[in-house]
Amino acid sequence: MKPASFGYVRAESLEEALDALRQHGPEARIIAGGQSLMPMLNMRLTKPAMLVDVMRIAALKEPHVEKGALVVPAGVRQAILLERPKLADDLPLLASALPWVGHIQTRARGTLCGSVAHADPSAEIPLCLVALEGEVRLRARRKARRITAEAFFTGMMVTEKADDEMIEAIAYPLRRRGTGYSFAEVGRRHGDFAIVACAAVVDSARMRLAIGGVADRPTARDFPHLDGSALDDALNAFAWDLGAGDDLHATARYRRDLVRSLGRRVLEDAAKVTKGETNREAAPCRS
Amino acid sequence: MPQLDAKGRHAVAFTLNGRPAAVEVETRTLLTDALRHGLGATGTHVGCEHGVCGACTVSIDGVPARACLTLAVGIEGCAIRTVEGLAPEPGRLGSLQAAFRRHHALQCGFCTAGILVSLDAYLALRPSPSRREITEVVGGHLCRCTGYAPIIEAALEAAAELRGEGPALAPSENAHA
Ligand code: FES
Ligand code: FES
Repeated sequence: MKPASFGYVRAESLEEALDALRQHGPEARIIAGGQSLMPMLNMRLTKPAMLVDVMRIAALKEPHVEKGALVVPAGVRQAILLERPKLADDLPLLASALPWVGHIQTRARGTLCGSVAHADPSAEIPLCLVALEGEVRLRARRKARRITAEAFFTGMMVTEKADDEMIEAIAYPLRRRGTGYSFAEVGRRHGDFAIVACAAVVDSARMRLAIGGVADRPTARDFPHLDGSALDDALNAFAWDLGAGDDLHATARYRRDLVRSLGRRVLEDAAKVTKGETNREAAPCRS
Repeated sequence: MPQLDAKGRHAVAFTLNGRPAAVEVETRTLLTDALRHGLGATGTHVGCEHGVCGACTVSIDGVPARACLTLAVGIEGCAIRTVEGLAPEPGRLGSLQAAFRRHHALQCGFCTAGILVSLDAYLALRPSPSRREITEVVGGHLCRCTGYAPIIEAALEAAAELRGEGPALAPSENAHA
């Protein structure tokens, strides 16, 4: 199908984009790479009166390291970040997960911030942001605020972002010494939406597991160091608490099974680093 | 700041297969429709129109992208390459196209334009791809005829030929021709 009509602003600066948002309020949507919004427009699931294109804003193009975090502004495409030479060193979790985002033909255009704004509960980029306890940097014409990823996602494709705000950047905390990271996903085909995606972060104090594709938003839980049947029980409780549902692609029961088995696998893999072993990190399992 | 109204028609200028092109579109016009209806460049196909099938893939500034997920007004000043730009001259196939023909890498051909453009852009960036890389690239396309195996063989053979390795068969010397 074709999109309904809309006005279009090609913003050349952040101020121009924010002015347009303030002027048009709930009628306006930011468009960056378009890989989430364009399908919604084509299917007329959304009909904004005004699109504000932010891809020509030079100031939003450069990822940079700032106070122990990689800051990824709104104009950074997934393929550009994936080619960053130190990505696997700085952010092993994101380096493992990004190849699972769509296909090269969509990563070439899609942005990281766009995926976060879209807030699909099965998307890998928001999942990694929650797993790593990153933050979302929101900007409106007169105010700026930073909010944790966990507080940002409030439901199925619903976020904390107000109508006059845009995501200026997201920030992923860099790899910490002695911390292990691991990612795995099961989908019908590579590049499809995840049925279940798992991201683990393990250090000497705790094990953190974030799950995508099950609840209405990416959801993380911290566990003390557990193994054996204690870990099974903890994962089982987590799996039930996520409130899985049946859909076309998988049953709730299969999803819970994946949380238990794949969740355990990534936690054990990430934990290897805390024991001084190397884990598989940048080589995600191709289940 | 350029602001374009919803109902009017707006001029967009870009290059198409190396030549300057201009087309008048609405803000909501997809790049697929701008190419096909606006410019008559019907080599780029339209399948699902929501980014899933890959039939519409074109190269934008050297990288393969879904034309159906691209607004025509967004490509002002970009370099677009489509399947029409692959052959060196009328009546001659490019290396990738010739390899597709040798390997029977197409049947109905609906998916072919998009796959050729994806592979062409990929091989320009990475001349020595592994089989797995090619499989990933082709994984961004749906083909309901071939089963993909001949497409992957054709891509690997074309890559070798473009690197100057192995005997390059002209289509006429092909046993199947
Ligand atoms: S028509 Fe564009 S991906 Fe299917
Ligand atoms: S050749 Fe028919 S869909 Fe690919």
